[in-house]
Amino acid sequence: MKRDIILAGVGGQGILSIATTIGTAALNAGLHLKQAEVHGMSQRGGDVSSNLRIADHEIASDLIPYGQADLIISVEPMESLRYLPLLSPAGWLITNTKPFINIPNYPKMDELMAEIGHVGNHIALDADEIAKNLGSARSANMVILGAASPFLEIDYKELQDAIRRIFERKGEEIVKVNLDALQAGRDFAQANMS
Amino acid sequence: MLLGDEAIAQAAIDSGMSGIYAYPGTPSTEITEYVIQSHEAKSGQIRAGWSTNEKTAMEAALGMSYAGKRTMVCMKHVGLNVAADAFINSAITGANGGLIVVSADDPSMHSSQNEQDSRVYGKFALIPILEPTNQQDAYDMVHYGFDMSEKLGVPVLMRITTRLAHSRAGVLRKPTRPQNELRLPVNPRQFILLPANARKQYKELLKKQAVFEKYASDSGFNVFTDGNDKSMGIITTGIAYNYLLENYQDRQIPFPVLKIAQYPVPPAMVAQIYNACGKLLILEEGYPVLEEAVKGLLNTGKTIHGRLDGTIPRDGELNPNIVAVALGKKDTRGKDIPSIVAARPPSLCKGCPHIYSYNALNEALKKWSKGRVFSDIGCYTLGALEPFDAINSCVDMGASVTMAKGAADAGLFPAVAVIGDSTFTHSGITGLIDCVKDKSQITIMILDNETTAMTGGQDSSAYGRIEDICSGVGVSREHIFVLDPSPKHHQENIAILKQELEYKGVSVIIPRRECIQTALRHIKEHKKTEAVTNGN
Repeated sequence: MKRDIILAGVGGQGILSIATTIGTAALNAGLHLKQAEVHGMSQRGGDVSSNLRIADHEIASDLIPYGQADLIISVEPMESLRYLPLLSPAGWLITNTKPFINIPNYPKMDELMAEIGHVGNHIALDADEIAKNLGSARSANMVILGAASPFLEIDYKELQDAIRRIFERKGEEIVKVNLDALQAGRDFAQANMS
Repeated sequence: MLLGDEAIAQAAIDSGMSGIYAYPGTPSTEITEYVIQSHEAKSGQIRAGWSTNEKTAMEAALGMSYAGKRTMVCMKHVGLNVAADAFINSAITGANGGLIVVSADDPSMHSSQNEQDSRVYGKFALIPILEPTNQQDAYDMVHYGFDMSEKLGVPVLMRITTRLAHSRAGVLRKPTRPQNELRLPVNPRQFILLPANARKQYKELLKKQAVFEKYASDSGFNVFTDGNDKSMGIITTGIAYNYLLENYQDRQIPFPVLKIAQYPVPPAMVAQIYNACGKLLILEEGYPVLEEAVKGLLNTGKTIHGRLDGTIPRDGELNPNIVAVALGKKDTRGKDIPSIVAARPPSLCKGCPHIYSYNALNEALKKWSKGRVFSDIGCYTLGALEPFDAINSCVDMGASVTMAKGAADAGLFPAVAVIGDSTFTHSGITGLIDCVKDKSQITIMILDNETTAMTGGQDSSAYGRIEDICSGVGVSREHIFVLDPSPKHHQENIAILKQELEYKGVSVIIPRRECIQTALRHIKEHKKTEAVTNGN
């Protein structure tokens, strides 16, 4: 078993919170893990990505080979497309549809959605909207993670446990909000997977 | 789960290091950050902190080694240029307490102005180099490196690259060991590099080269694995080995492989694979250092594939696909990036003080032609991008001041330097002294955001003392101005800049407001402490 995951977004959107949750769950499930992060200047409003590799055997490269990523998980729609050369033909693209516009030449939304539609296996959802309806705008990233959860090959319970462990010290309320966000994303994906 | 940087830091703590010195620079920063945050540093058992620049860091580490204690000095690859004088000469003095120099290279220039390969410096200094393959190697090599440094009396260079520095993996720790006692060098003249001594010391260093090679043969970090298909042999250095392995998921590589992680590379190990195989493929992250050495100037031997013959691109970092193609395998690259995907370069944060400094400067310079602003290394280098398009150079730490001076000497008036507070103390002060001495006709803007922002908000060496330093080196008080770079002072700032641009001497403008990132962090911390003191 292996899951090669590209996490994508814009500096400051907190993609590492998704990486940490998956990583915690994977380690608890006894899996091997490598995670290449982006630090430094590119964090400031520029495109950022992280290579997260999970396997039941030892992992050699810190970087995912082109065309072999099983998942692209993106918290921003345009950024989800930047990593298509890495996606395997059978891989899934999971992306937020809420754009983060900080450049003058940001593409038109309908063109962007059409390109996402061209990727055979995709789940596109407005995670910000879903999170807001749950009363917690800040947990959009957990909605995205929930939408990716059916494809992770990690027990859903492990993900829930990971969230409990990570948010424990912030109180029961925060744990519940994030678990709800995770579930909402998962429900959306399961309803739209065909 | 540790970053490669953190693995190095944890290993240094575990192996009895007494002090760490560094100037922040991506991708090396997290090593020192980790030690600073450790219990050992907070309780005062380990000296940990930021130096003014890489040279002062290197020299302080050499002093700690002189006193018999284990020490580490960390920098990014271009930082080694700054530390080079001390670094090269530390090879001649040798070490007393274990001394490891960590230099983090950035192939593909993710956050750097070049992709120089620190292994060249190691060879230049004639000292052993360790180049870990993975995070566990990095951890183990720190223990080994301190031992080797003390046994052989020589500083050891550890070369890492971005992907190792900033990638997490599981790391197994070793038992901890105590720090060294204070112990001065046995030879009281060892560190005095007067020519007569230096000649002796240099001969000693040359004599040790054979021992360094022997260590590299025996340590177990350089490994030869035989293969049945002798048509080709493969030599990898550092993390290139992982990309080779990635291409054989069953881990059965048909070719003989020599994995190099310690230098000087033992010639016998290279001869073994060279003689046994029809040709060689050399995979290196960085410059073709080993490839050039094996190939030689005349290249009259067997075929050697690598970066020099185009099998591997001459520049940029490696990845599994580049290696796949070099092995004659299929490139698995997926769909192309759709053309509507636009570039998203990093940008200054909303509310960043630099925005207002550049807006004012652009306005004040309107009446002159473009091309007058020399800038430096920091967040404010983003002033090169739209909508500012405000700067014309970015070369090395401190070069803004001195390049502006040179251009002014050539007749460019006005000439402007734009430099950050931390970069100013790193390498700008000496240039300013040149300007004062020559009465250069330049305007220097020191953008004081009271931190080293680009690398994550480390302390700035001259916090609250910038104007005193400028005045102390001889800038007239009448031409030192502190501005508030915010919208409500915009007109007033333009007026002062306009006036000083006309001044035919050295003037220093200091727009001062805290970095928006550290300011937000401080507000959060403040709220937390308030909550605690209020008993909530």
